[in-house]
Amino acid sequence: MRSIWRTLDSVLLRDVTAVALGAAVNGASFGAISVASGLPWWMPVVMSVLIFAGGAQFMIVGIMAAGGSPVAAIVGGLVLNARHLPFGLAVGDVLGKSWISRVVGSHLMIDESVAFAMNQSDPRKAKAAYWACGVSLFVSWNVGVTAGALVGQAIGDPMAFGLDAAFPAALLALTLPALKDRKTRQAAIGGAAIALVATPYLPPGLPVLLALAGLVVFRTKEVQPCP
Amino acid sequence: MPMSVLLVIAAGTFAFRFAGPLLRDRITLPDRVKEVMSAAATVLLVALVATAALTSNRHFAGWALPIGVAVGGLAAWRKAPFIVVVVIAAATTAGLRLFGVN
Repeated sequence: MRSIWRTLDSVLLRDVTAVALGAAVNGASFGAISVASGLPWWMPVVMSVLIFAGGAQFMIVGIMAAGGSPVAAIVGGLVLNARHLPFGLAVGDVLGKSWISRVVGSHLMIDESVAFAMNQSDPRKAKAAYWACGVSLFVSWNVGVTAGALVGQAIGDPMAFGLDAAFPAALLALTLPALKDRKTRQAAIGGAAIALVATPYLPPGLPVLLALAGLVVFRTKEVQPCP
Repeated sequence: MPMSVLLVIAAGTFAFRFAGPLLRDRITLPDRVKEVMSAAATVLLVALVATAALTSNRHFAGWALPIGVAVGGLAAWRKAPFIVVVVIAAATTAGLRLFGVN
């Protein structure tokens, strides 16, 4: 584990810190919203530790607050989190080989840690980036949620700070290098278009999964030019 | 909310997360499949970016949000440091909202 921290350079550490701070504020708003919708303070905290997926957590509380059924919350949460399966297929190697690192590493699999790992070309650095991001966000998200649940309404509206723009902008910045590859770019643009068109008609989570249809561009074999 | 609901979602989410690394270990994948899987993660992340930037509660999110993300994306494309990308995106969106743009 120590070698992971030594592999971290200061730029990566700074980038991870930026994302972690954003997660802390978002977590605080999640905690506050949960308590405001009638949950006991410890419920959002337990949820954040055990589920650790912001999008799903917001959705579950939203469904329950609107009087939705537990089944709707379960199906919604699981559909939204199904993307972690292809994520794991893509970055599974960075978790390490031992069982404990696999179990812990899997739990730390979130959009941001996957994006940070994919952003690195060197496997050692990818591993360091994945773990640094996963651990930092686990801590900052849960501290934020706990603070928000306890302090509650003292926190302002995160929308006023434009925090909802920080998450997609960070993911975009991390994904840009991978888009230099022409086929990946075609697949991503096609997939994003499919997801956007489907969003008004399908429950949250499904449109993003449908984006995988963009991978159809990989069906045709291509003569690779010399690198 | 019943605790059992939380536990079911937590267990299901962990199963999704754990399945990928486990499957990857059991089968040796040809390089081409690995390439497509790596592209799959990128496709999912870009779809998340698109839906998070343009939609909110399944409707158009208004202009402030996508403009902020686009400005951040432009900064990233011009090789601005990551922290600048994130801050400029949030600041642009917050600024637009401050001036009444939604």
